[in-house]
Amino acid sequence: MSTTENAPLVKPALSRKDFVSNQEPRWCPGCGDYAILAQVQKVMPEFGIPREKFVFVSGIGCSSRFPYYMNTYGFHTIHGRAPTIATGIRLSRPDLTVWVATGDGDALAIGGNHLIHALRRNIGLKIILFNNRIYGLTKGQPSPTSELGKKTKSTPSGLADHPFSTLSVVIGAEGTFIARSIDTELAHMQQMLKRVGEHQGTALLEVYQNCPVFNDDAFIHITDKSTKADRILYLEHGKPLLFGKNKDKGIRITKSFSPEVVEVGEGEGKVPLSEIAVHDETVENPAYAFMLSRMEWPEYPVPLGVLRNVTRPTYEALVHAQKEKMVATRGKGDISKLLRSGETWVIESEN
Amino acid sequence: MSVEEQTESGAATDVRPPSPPPMTVVESVVIRFCGDSGDGMQLTGTEFTRASALALNDLATLPDYPAEIRAPAGTLAGVSGYQINFGSQEVYTPGDQPDVLVAMNPAALKMNLPDLISGGILIVNTGAFTVKNLELAGYPSNPLEDGSLEKYRLVKIDISKLVGLALEGSSLGTKDAGRCKNFWALGLMFWMYQRETERELRSIQEKFGKKPELADANIRAFKAGYSYGENTELFGQTFHVRPAKIEPGLYRNVTGNSATAMGIVCAGQLAELPVFFGGYPITPASDILHELSTYLHYGVTTFQAEDEIAGVGSAIGASYSGSLGVTATSGPGISLKQEAIGLAVMLELPLLIINVQRGGPSTGLPTKTEQADLFQALYGRHGECPVPVLAAMTPSDCFFTVLEAVRVAIKYMTPVFVLTDGYLANGSEPWKVPDVSSLPKFPTSFRTDPAGFQVYDRDPESLARAWVRPGTAGLEHRIGGIEKHNLTGNISYDPDNHHQMVKTRAAKVAGVAREAGELIACGPPEGDLLVVGWGSTYGAITQAVQTMQREGHKVSSVHLRWLNPLNPRLGPYLKGFRRILVPEMNNGQLVRILRAEFLVDAEGLNKIQGKPFKVSELCQAIAERAPRGSK
Repeated sequence: MSTTENAPLVKPALSRKDFVSNQEPRWCPGCGDYAILAQVQKVMPEFGIPREKFVFVSGIGCSSRFPYYMNTYGFHTIHGRAPTIATGIRLSRPDLTVWVATGDGDALAIGGNHLIHALRRNIGLKIILFNNRIYGLTKGQPSPTSELGKKTKSTPSGLADHPFSTLSVVIGAEGTFIARSIDTELAHMQQMLKRVGEHQGTALLEVYQNCPVFNDDAFIHITDKSTKADRILYLEHGKPLLFGKNKDKGIRITKSFSPEVVEVGEGEGKVPLSEIAVHDETVENPAYAFMLSRMEWPEYPVPLGVLRNVTRPTYEALVHAQKEKMVATRGKGDISKLLRSGETWVIESEN
Repeated sequence: MSVEEQTESGAATDVRPPSPPPMTVVESVVIRFCGDSGDGMQLTGTEFTRASALALNDLATLPDYPAEIRAPAGTLAGVSGYQINFGSQEVYTPGDQPDVLVAMNPAALKMNLPDLISGGILIVNTGAFTVKNLELAGYPSNPLEDGSLEKYRLVKIDISKLVGLALEGSSLGTKDAGRCKNFWALGLMFWMYQRETERELRSIQEKFGKKPELADANIRAFKAGYSYGENTELFGQTFHVRPAKIEPGLYRNVTGNSATAMGIVCAGQLAELPVFFGGYPITPASDILHELSTYLHYGVTTFQAEDEIAGVGSAIGASYSGSLGVTATSGPGISLKQEAIGLAVMLELPLLIINVQRGGPSTGLPTKTEQADLFQALYGRHGECPVPVLAAMTPSDCFFTVLEAVRVAIKYMTPVFVLTDGYLANGSEPWKVPDVSSLPKFPTSFRTDPAGFQVYDRDPESLARAWVRPGTAGLEHRIGGIEKHNLTGNISYDPDNHHQMVKTRAAKVAGVAREAGELIACGPPEGDLLVVGWGSTYGAITQAVQTMQREGHKVSSVHLRWLNPLNPRLGPYLKGFRRILVPEMNNGQLVRILRAEFLVDAEGLNKIQGKPFKVSELCQAIAERAPRGSK
């Protein structure tokens, strides 16, 4: 017997190191992208999927260098178009696990069209959207998520165009899995990445990510250790929307279907726990998730976690079912018959 | 209509009573059916085409439909036409000018009359010549009554009324009954050219089988039209086009878009690859997407994307994953796809890009034909970005051009352009169906061996890198649009490496010249004039050159299938002629390439009217440049 035949049938489990490529990351020192890369590499082995079955696809931008650092199949495409190429990969090869690394400029400005259509189709892509509210690679112009009035290289008089919320957009685009995390909350991010990896259909995780060079402290309002407990609302399925160091603040939904921040407890001016909204990520109606996506500090705490997680058939499953049906009803295509289809006539040798 | 022989009276055996009309034998006929876009002229044309093919005539057709889906009835913008040229000799084009014009309303008459030959047969539905319709067509007076049609053999028939009479007692409403006019006209043409009617009656049954009352009405209208010709002895004669000498075999009619779609399916099978088509609707390419969407059981996946960019992006993703990635569009779509095509050049992945050219720039003339995207295919991307470019010559040639393009795309790991155009896409011709088992296979091999794997290691002859399917263990690697090291594929900004990679990509595409084969030439390799063409002008050029050769002009032609790289035999061939003429449906593109590549004084002949060249136009241009009897 040869040694190969004696080899164990089950390959040894993969570890984080198996997903680290030989390329040295080239992000600026202190960039939030390092934290995201580390968490992704940590989470990958947990899916139990062979390394060669992963494809990381990206567009253009700082975050889009991501595939070079993953020791999987990787495809660094062109600006904004990662979802299109990832769609071709996933649709033609549903056996592959396709992740997309993108940024707020790549996914929401130049590639906005592709992002919304991937979401509406519910094709199996796992999208990590690094949102630093700035264009980093081109050295500091505003993105669709930059704040109104922001002064940048291209907006020295202040940004005049109104930003949109990533999650509002993707909920509007019929996304089935919508989540948010931040580059400073490593355990939370890992948890979210795991959920993304497990979802069937398009999953989108927005990660707030600090750009120390061109937009430093963009998220300081929720990362500062002394205040963050009062400013982050961790969403947990089946649990009330509570926040604050002592979980003494909560979200009540008013009659006009608006969130309202209240003090929770017994006594004057306080609201009993029973009146606090209970988080349900599986609500079919997207209005609730949309409401969460509109919550911004300082009016509200910023929700982190899974806003929406609903089940819908994936695009690739529907497409392949159609193919199988056509094979079942018409048989496997015979090209020779195809060419002879329609009206034909024979010219005899004597004419 | 050229009269070939003397009149043969009563020669046919299937002529019915009351009295067999004399029959004139003609070599070829061009008929144009025209009417309002709601009049069903395309159906009339295709039905007549089939009957002509079954009568063993050689033929070519060209539909001409309006850009508006439903322009207001009776307007000039709503006129739709269908032209067929059928003959007993080889037919290369749908014909310069109709010999017979069937006009169903005043607008159709106005739009099409200028094309009818002097003395041609003009059949007009007088029932549609109402005050309102005359006004819509912009006629100040009724041309049927003011003597302006004197130079034609005018046949005035109130088809609307006769159809009404034929359908008396039918359960159809007046509106639906009016829609049977086209079958009445078809019946009349069947009588004029003594077409076999049984098959047509069956075809109407099959087509309208779900609405028996409509099938019945159309059959009654068709028979009424036929009987009208027979009973009124309309011209005192019928016409006969003898069977053409056609190579034996099994034939079908095929349009360029249909041949393209079948070529894509066939190429996938010959390459033993699944096919992935990503596209976006655009005239005149959409039919390729439509047709492929019915071929899913051939291992085809079709994806109608959110835009042109996503169409090509998804095809690139599929090619990367080990499918044959294909996209098809027209010029505006190519403009949008070019950045992604550049990515595919950089990645060195096979990809088939089809451009069904139409009139440009911008939205241009969406339903009209043009050849103005050659430069776009060759030079329309940023950076040094060469791709092989082929052009199809006839509707059926689209099939073989696609096969060739795919074979090269895989062998050389490169995107390849196939240029067709609106004229080929919608035009049709009889096609001798190839025996699939005789087509050479080109099975794809993917690299699976991790030993010594370098992403950009190349085959020494083709310079192609290996194709690796994701999912292959041990070959995980990263690629992208940034310049890469010539072996490892890692990002490289090294100046010498970039220089080398640009040169290598160019050398790889230049090397495709070894696939070019023999020149497609017509005539001796020397003479006064060489006509050089590419794409859909093949039919008109060939017919014109053959005609002029017979008349004693020293003219030959060469038709280029390969636009990049050029056929290496072309340069020496050009030297055999005193003058070179390059007819193109653009403002002069190939002509500039020939001048630049070969330092020859090639001259352009340019027609930019959204219409193909007429044979007569080419004959005249040839006569001017290569007079008969010159040394």
